[in-house]
Amino acid sequence: MDILTWTYLLVGLSFALYIGIAIWTRAGSTQEFYVAGGGVSPLANGMATAADWMSAASFISMAGIISFAGYDGSVYLMGWTGGYVLLALLLAPYLRKFGKFTVPDFVGDRYYSHTARIVAVICALFISFTYVAGQMRGVGIVFSRYLEVPIEWGVVIGMIIVFFYAVMGGMKGITYTQVAQYCVLIFAYMVPAIFISMQLTGNPIPQMGLGGDLADGTPLLEKLDGVLAELGFSEYTSGRKGLTDMLMITLALMVGTAGLPHVIVRFFTVPRVKDARLSAGYALVFIAILYTTAPAVAAFGIFNTIESTSEKEVDALPSWIDTWEKTGLISVNDKNGDGRVQYVADPVENELTIDRDIMVLASPEIAKLPNWVVGLVAAGAMAAALSTAAGLLLVISTSVSRDLVKTFKPEISEKKELRIARLAAAGAVILAGYFGVNPPGFVAQVVAFAFGLAAASFFPVIILGIFSTRINKEGAIAGMLSGLIFTLIYIIYFKFISPETNTEEFWWLGISPEGIGSVGMMINFLVCFGVSKVTPPPPKEVQEMIQEIRIPRGAGKASGH
Amino acid sequence: MEAQKQKMKAYWRKNLQTLVILLLIWFMVSFGFGILLAEPLNEYNLGGFKLGFWFAQQGSIYTFVILIFVYVWRMNRLDREFDVNEE
Repeated sequence: MDILTWTYLLVGLSFALYIGIAIWTRAGSTQEFYVAGGGVSPLANGMATAADWMSAASFISMAGIISFAGYDGSVYLMGWTGGYVLLALLLAPYLRKFGKFTVPDFVGDRYYSHTARIVAVICALFISFTYVAGQMRGVGIVFSRYLEVPIEWGVVIGMIIVFFYAVMGGMKGITYTQVAQYCVLIFAYMVPAIFISMQLTGNPIPQMGLGGDLADGTPLLEKLDGVLAELGFSEYTSGRKGLTDMLMITLALMVGTAGLPHVIVRFFTVPRVKDARLSAGYALVFIAILYTTAPAVAAFGIFNTIESTSEKEVDALPSWIDTWEKTGLISVNDKNGDGRVQYVADPVENELTIDRDIMVLASPEIAKLPNWVVGLVAAGAMAAALSTAAGLLLVISTSVSRDLVKTFKPEISEKKELRIARLAAAGAVILAGYFGVNPPGFVAQVVAFAFGLAAASFFPVIILGIFSTRINKEGAIAGMLSGLIFTLIYIIYFKFISPETNTEEFWWLGISPEGIGSVGMMINFLVCFGVSKVTPPPPKEVQEMIQEIRIPRGAGKASGH
Repeated sequence: MEAQKQKMKAYWRKNLQTLVILLLIWFMVSFGFGILLAEPLNEYNLGGFKLGFWFAQQGSIYTFVILIFVYVWRMNRLDREFDVNEE
């Protein structure tokens, strides 16, 4: 069978599976809709969290980013995994004990204030929307590249699928489809990685292959360092970014991960506090499988690409270059007319431009793997994008039905609340789809900054809400707002107002907009402390509630009361 | 009542101690070995990797996983010891 048939077959099968699960897990109550009834096992929740968390960017783009950034790409590897340690140790067990449905729920109750709750809802909506639009776009791109349909159609098909299980099944439907999606995506990621590792280094485990020797006996990384240096690039294993910037970006990504509402909310779905701790552990295991493979895929990818193109005759390039040239992801331009490809660091002489996404998307073809592997990678990329989109849509619909409507109209019946939640989910799907088809220029720019914003807004007030009894509502509101506004202004300035100055010499203390969330977080912490100190302490009931959430015993299922 | 309060204070203190130790390790393997000390560590070799590079792209992630499971194990024991565990 040819590539296209395989792709249709595998993507179609995986979609049928998701829809089947959606029908089987229809949500009947708000509790099922918001937190899957609170009875998800830690292992299943760990898997669902991993799929929820790993987006189109993790699956498609991350390895490619590392291919070109080398050591500097480590910020993503450490940043996007280290956050789970913070989540497991500092947030998940306590929020589970708190026992309600959403992050704004916690902020509103702990800081006994509608204002704090509204600020939290706005942050949650803002973060989730920027993020979800990127996912829908990702679905569209995968469709258009592999199935040869226009991006718009791809987005619409993706919307229909997500609509099915997010709107019908709520958290319950999402959880079990995410478990299936994790299996699909990890299988799709590992198969080509294992094949390529075998081909290059003879070691079937990519994590070890990365440190392995090539057929001629030289270690892969040493060879790569040498090849890149020869072409005028910097060494693969050493960094170019400033030290402060490396630290700040890593910190912002870690803290941002721990502050993302769609990840936090997953820990409300397990029955007990100890399950919340354990399931964070499982989640990181499942994530680490992909995240420790990605650097191997990255190094293999760039090595293979250079080997098969550099100084080769333009007319005799491998066939995958032809295939992917059509999508615009790679292009060859024989500038000096010598009939050979020069891939060099100097942009004037360089004749080969490669999009980073090639490293994963084209990896099966680069390594000459069978056609079904290509179809598998397409299904995996789709699973990664859909699972994250669904998790985000749930946060959006919950924010509307519960945090906005229910706060101001507490008397509405459960049935009505559920209907509003479904309507909100449907509305969010349509809006996300719209942005997927017509991406406003800023979406791609802002997705990466959702982390900075999460770091600067949620993380400090949640941590302080648990670990301090003295922080009050004035402190929390002032902290969230100052952290958020500072971070937003810095990002907007360098990305939109004055993008030509977005270089190290103009950055404040050498911190890039990607890393500024860390500073926003520190400002949030300081303001929170300062303002709380000069305003009255929280009321006695709140202080008692804090003591209560510190102790595991007595955590009933998450409930709205 | 007062005794119970003291007990809960002791539980919380032990919890915080655990957190501090684990977070110190968390900081060391990533920000320490993976970034700040990466260059000197790159002088050493581990199974084909420069050591600093290995920590940044592999070692820190493995350590994170281990840290969470140590935390789970330690907290389950603490919960039982202070009789605040769930059934």
